Amino acid sequence: MPGQLEFERPIEELTKKLDEVRAFMRQHGIDLSQEVARLEAELEQVRARVYGELTPWQRVQIARQPGRPTTLDYIRGLCSEFIELHGDRNFRDDPAVIGGIGLADGRPVTVIGTQKGRDTKENVYRNFGMAHPEGYRKALRLMKQAEKFGRPVVLFIDTAGAYPGMSAEERGQSEAIARNLLEMAGLRVPTVSFVTGEGGSGGALGLGLTDRIYVLEYAWYSVIAPESAAAILWKDSTQGPRAAELMRIGARDLVELGVADGMIREPVGGAQKNPQEMVARVAEQALSALRELAQKPLEQLLAERYDKYRQMGIYSES
Amino acid sequence: MLKDLFYKKRHRYATVAQTNRRPRPEIPDEVPPRDVPKGLVEKCKGCGALLMARELQKHAYTCPHCNYHFPIGGPERLEMLLDEGSFEEFDAALSSEDPLGFPGYREKVEKAQQATNLAEGVVTGAGRIDGQALVVGVMDSRFIMGSMGSAVGEKLTRAMEAALARQCPMVLFTASGGARMQEGILSLMQMAKTSAAVNRMHEAGILYVSVITHPTTGGVSASFASVGDIILAEPGALFGFAGRRVIEQTIRQKLPDDFQTAEFMLQHGMIDKVVHRKQMRDTLATILRIHAARGWQDAGATGV
Repeated sequence: MPGQLEFERPIEELTKKLDEVRAFMRQHGIDLSQEVARLEAELEQVRARVYGELTPWQRVQIARQPGRPTTLDYIRGLCSEFIELHGDRNFRDDPAVIGGIGLADGRPVTVIGTQKGRDTKENVYRNFGMAHPEGYRKALRLMKQAEKFGRPVVLFIDTAGAYPGMSAEERGQSEAIARNLLEMAGLRVPTVSFVTGEGGSGGALGLGLTDRIYVLEYAWYSVIAPESAAAILWKDSTQGPRAAELMRIGARDLVELGVADGMIREPVGGAQKNPQEMVARVAEQALSALRELAQKPLEQLLAERYDKYRQMGIYSES
Repeated sequence: MLKDLFYKKRHRYATVAQTNRRPRPEIPDEVPPRDVPKGLVEKCKGCGALLMARELQKHAYTCPHCNYHFPIGGPERLEMLLDEGSFEEFDAALSSEDPLGFPGYREKVEKAQQATNLAEGVVTGAGRIDGQALVVGVMDSRFIMGSMGSAVGEKLTRAMEAALARQCPMVLFTASGGARMQEGILSLMQMAKTSAAVNRMHEAGILYVSVITHPTTGGVSASFASVGDIILAEPGALFGFAGRRVIEQTIRQKLPDDFQTAEFMLQHGMIDKVVHRKQMRDTLATILRIHAARGWQDAGATGV
């Protein structure tokens, strides 16, 4: 099975065994239903054990699994009609960030997100979902457009980070992210973001200063990817698992730290095991958040957004 | 089994050769349509195919072989775009003066008027797409290259003011070589005038879609064409500031073939979407529908 993870091997083996027994039953017409039932129960147990005791590092691995829904999949789930819009009106259309306008439940929305590829070829085209400055500037253009027409903005974040390269520096990667933070803080329409896989640092926050932040169960969101943290802290990027343990980067941690407004449960084993179900859950959460936020008068919305970020940080004063 | 292998190989070989030899969309260049009455047959500038006028019309004046988009006039454009009978023209009689007394200008305008049966290089008015009201403008490249003088600027500005007054979206099909030389600085100032009107629409929250058609260059690309809330373009449309020849002479380099095409500009972040002429009406209808949809205020909170 492609994209099988090391710790999922017991499940894989048991599934194989179960398939064999079933095939044997069919072929020879022997009734082995007791054995099948026993194996099924065992499989259920093993599944519960494996996925119930995931380490932070294993969660990171799930968050990076190919086959998880991408932003385009979430858009298809959320919008009945959608037109993708392109370009930052400045330098280039960044395929790592997509965005456009559509109707969700018959009402207008702007949707923006980082986009990873499905295969190597598309990943090269999408730059593995790592945006250049023009990606953030396209996002900002579409957000200002949404503001003009008074429609809310939904953002999907799944990026290892903003692209760290020479071209990005030349065009002002820092300024592009900084500008988005500044503008998103004051955007005069409701904003909702979802961290659907990887929330890599400033590259994620550049699309994530929103009224509501939801994080998928196995997604991570942190100041830095765990292996990069390990490289900096201990000069050893193989110590990513240790950094993942220490940095509290998982969905539950983020809710406890007051960064995320909610965690969205993933299907057993992760979003990639049942993309359709995941997309449906996310769409439902998006709609309910949009309905709720629309009730707030603009001034209250903006004041609450300010307070939300104003309160982040833990410190003591003597 | 060994035989199979050989057989397959031979078969595959034959297929490749066949593909290679397949001719381009027929009709050799050498046969001139001399004995065919003018207007009945058009030659595609993209692939050289000869197309019957009726066939061409059926395909929205695009080549069914290579998708080349033939330039079309304002009336044809409006006919394929708007709901039947919904068009109400503005300022049909407004036309150019000759502010500088420029030699030959009046004659040039008169000739263009006769050739196009239009008073000026843009048609404006109100209409409906799929029942949705809009103000629409179509520039006509047949009229002195769609260049913008005082009359074109005035008609466009009035159309934008009408969109403001009616609180309905504005869709503008651009096609222009730029500002009209024969009106000097006054034609340059049409860029300022139209841009000021776009700003009024922007501040009032009016949707403004510009659709780039071939060619949109110079002063028109450097004003209202490039600042739509949404910018669509027809495939292959030339969209840029300075012309290819000017740039090549300035930088003394050969430019790539696709330079300044709609597709090139899409890659370079300048337009939102390239839309085939046959899909233009549907695309605009969807955009209008999204912008006319009810907001979220009465959607009702269901709790989170």
